[in-house]
Amino acid sequence: MTPELETLPIWVSLPVTLLLLLGSAIILIGALGLVRLPHFFQRIHGPAITITLGTGSILIASMIYFSALQSRLVIHEVLITAFVMLTAPVVAMLIMRTAVYRDLRARDRGQDDSTEDDEATNEVYPFSTKK
Amino acid sequence: MTRRWLPAPALSGALLIIWLLLSQSIAPAQILLGSLLAIAAPLLARPLRPLAPAPLRKPVVLARLLFMSMVEIVRSCFNVSRIILFKAEGVESQFIRIPLDLKDPYGLALLSCLINSTPGTVWVEQLPDTNDLALHVFDLHDEQWWIDTIKTRYEQPLIEIFEHE
Repeated sequence: MTPELETLPIWVSLPVTLLLLLGSAIILIGALGLVRLPHFFQRIHGPAITITLGTGSILIASMIYFSALQSRLVIHEVLITAFVMLTAPVVAMLIMRTAVYRDLRARDRGQDDSTEDDEATNEVYPFSTKK
Repeated sequence: MTRRWLPAPALSGALLIIWLLLSQSIAPAQILLGSLLAIAAPLLARPLRPLAPAPLRKPVVLARLLFMSMVEIVRSCFNVSRIILFKAEGVESQFIRIPLDLKDPYGLALLSCLINSTPGTVWVEQLPDTNDLALHVFDLHDEQWWIDTIKTRYEQPLIEIFEHE
């Protein structure tokens, strides 16, 4: 425990602690999702909770903590939120499309080595992308 | 005159705010430096933006949409966490197809960002030759419910904001 945290009033340290706990729990669950979920298209949803609620609560905790510690408004963490919110959806879409096109190409070539596993989990891309 | 030197006022304002947040100060020198950046950057980047900047219409609808999606993001976070922890094996994830009426590129970009930021849904693509959206849903219980939700709660406000004549 750092000396700074002990000097803070309870109404600052309590929300900071709760937010940090919530954020770390969410990030842990997001990582667990990568391990536990059986199929790629499901695993892509695991980290989504990390980047939204996980980073969100940790950044809010950081804002409250440093604002109280330095007795001024520290809000430049908002920038991290903004940049994450701008880049993460684009990355998710790119990864999703890459996986879909890989599956479609494998299907076109008639390589059936992966389809067995796919059909068992009901995870075949059902739409045609041919013009 | 203003159009020539300040082609995208909203973008310039955002850049100035970003600069002030980064430098963590509102000293006059920083405001001056930030303003120079906020004027120069959109001018230099104009060739990279083939479409005219979207004018900000209906800020109230936009704010309500953003607030609604934020609540939705937090709610979905807890839903996805619950599924990962307690029923990871039997989760019913599916691709679904949603017919869209929205055509404006900025509206579609915002829609895709909102959908992808919400845990449990990932935008795949707009299917060729149609205006249909392929969407992957993590825990699909009712396909029609998802279609109705996307169309009424997300697409309707976006049409209001971006396709207002």
